[in-house]
Amino acid sequence: MKLLIKICLIVFLSSFFKINVSAGEKSELIKQNWPFDGFFGRFDQSSIQRGFQVYREVCAGCHGIKYIAYRDLANVGFTPDEIKSIASEYEIMDGPNDEGEMFDRLAKPSDKFVGPYLNDKEARVANNGAYPPDLSLITKARAGGADYLYNLLNGYKDPPENLEISDGMYFNTIYPGNQIAMPMPIVDEIVEYEDETPATQDQIIRDVTSFLVWTAEPELEERKVLGIRVLIFLIIITLMLLAVKRKVWKDVE
Amino acid sequence: MSTEKNELKGVTGWIDKRLPVFTFINHNLRDYPTPKNLSYFWNFGSLAGVTLVIMIVTGILLAMQYTANADLAFDSVERIMRDVNNGWLLRYIHMNGASMFFIVVYIHIFRGLYYGSFKAPREILWILGVLILLLMMATAFMGYVLPWGQMSFWGATVITNLFSAFPVIGDYIVTFLWGGFSVDNPTLTRFFVLHYLMPFLIVGVVALHIVALHQFGSNNPLGIDVKSEGDTIPFHPYYTVKDYFGLGVFLIIFFGLVFFAPNFLGHPDNYIPADPLVTPAHIVPEWYFLPFYAILRAVPDKLMGVILMFAAVMVLFVLPWLDTHKTRSAQFRPYYKQFFWLFFIDCLILGWVGSMPAEGIYVLISRIATGYYFLFFLVILPILSRYENTRTIPTSIAASVLSDKFVNEKTSTENI
Repeated sequence: MKLLIKICLIVFLSSFFKINVSAGEKSELIKQNWPFDGFFGRFDQSSIQRGFQVYREVCAGCHGIKYIAYRDLANVGFTPDEIKSIASEYEIMDGPNDEGEMFDRLAKPSDKFVGPYLNDKEARVANNGAYPPDLSLITKARAGGADYLYNLLNGYKDPPENLEISDGMYFNTIYPGNQIAMPMPIVDEIVEYEDETPATQDQIIRDVTSFLVWTAEPELEERKVLGIRVLIFLIIITLMLLAVKRKVWKDVE
Repeated sequence: MSTEKNELKGVTGWIDKRLPVFTFINHNLRDYPTPKNLSYFWNFGSLAGVTLVIMIVTGILLAMQYTANADLAFDSVERIMRDVNNGWLLRYIHMNGASMFFIVVYIHIFRGLYYGSFKAPREILWILGVLILLLMMATAFMGYVLPWGQMSFWGATVITNLFSAFPVIGDYIVTFLWGGFSVDNPTLTRFFVLHYLMPFLIVGVVALHIVALHQFGSNNPLGIDVKSEGDTIPFHPYYTVKDYFGLGVFLIIFFGLVFFAPNFLGHPDNYIPADPLVTPAHIVPEWYFLPFYAILRAVPDKLMGVILMFAAVMVLFVLPWLDTHKTRSAQFRPYYKQFFWLFFIDCLILGWVGSMPAEGIYVLISRIATGYYFLFFLVILPILSRYENTRTIPTSIAASVLSDKFVNEKTSTENI
């Protein structure tokens, strides 16, 4: 009987996990091994730095990352001078000044990334009515996370013959409905890496995905480091409590 | 019992004579006589209490940083996640704490159901518990709206719209809930205020729940009354240490989730800012509402669906008068035991179909499962109360503990 209860408890605890996994799963996603996966997952800083280069040279034309400040780049290995020079490439509207006028100035490290468009309407007009979403949270906002993004960027194929693709749309095997307004953004050699990493399509996609996982979960590394410590502490203290419990209960009939 | 008022001396005694806090603590947390045969299923009450405290503490700290405004809410949550010191930790604890709270409380309820803890003289204790569940559901629902993501917005729209099913007054109720003609800023601000208020109401009802509990003491796996002092042990140190150990195990699971899979139980769409012009492909509530959501969708008629969904919780209020069988514990009720486990599985199935699209085979499954849900309460329990014969019940807890040991030894040798 006790065994039955235990089994049922396990089923109960595990059932909702299964429910959620099956609800959100995209079966066709090919799972990748990411360095940030698992209990001891860590960011690969050089990959994220390359990914930032890809973002800047490819994605930033249409997509913003408005929750990231320039100074946040310090967490992935950029020096203060590099950050200053990156920020100063952007112009930002500030004000009003003492004369009551708005004015443009160069961005500072404490500013958030300046997006490509002034507002949503401008973004839509420039993109044939489709809205290019902000990418700060993209890996958290899609079922499958990093794997989804990786597969999506790799998912541009020739459409099957019987499928009619609408004007200004592109065929993608992963995107829901298979028609996406974003043209295939990443091909071999679309960027030239400074660290001489071969710029294959696969490598570029991995790098930009790593970068966007970092923008979505900048706390990931800190979280996992702290998590291991917390779990070790809890496991030790729980074992000690078990020992105390056994001792206290020893004589109870 | 052993510790009398006059044992307290000095400052403690002086205070206690004027305000008997120490007597109160002694009486309710130390000497409090507790059946000695409680299983680990009796840990979940105190676990729920601890979770409530964790939720209130993290919630207050989050509220210091959160902005309840339709234009700012989403960004303020991201600010908590990125710029507030340890804000991500607070939010992930609060977010996953809601799920853990429901897991703990659902196990607590199933335990009460299995061992007949709702039966005389504990009816009011049970009713207060169901009231806590209702308040928790309302609190959790409104809390999920606060980040103002896509699922927040559309979940709120779907659930508040349910009230429009009521004839005549339906539309008025919905407008009243929204504070306007759609889910918008007034909805968000009132949900925030109520989400902050209701946990304190829960604390109040929990206090009453404990008062009612300590009137007759805990039920136990045998479901028989405490007959003599030999049946009980003092709460401290026996159950304090057992509760601490249970808490340790609970926190390992809880923090495992917080640190290594914080968004596992959430929906990715809630990281997309709310957009009234874009409806998500599937609007699903949080996992702990899925069984009730399944009941809602099982019925083709909107009003009947809403009524059945509410009835699914309300029926728990009258449970003590549906199952009037004298024997409490399912251990001694062979038929009840089987129907109970079937009911348990039925709830899991309801949760599962609740997460599936309402089409094809899922509709049929949800109808059968909904049917059994109400059949169990309204037909099976009253019939069993009348006709079910019980197994031999031990005369006392002490007697059973001794004979159990004997039986266990016997069966274990048989198995070998």
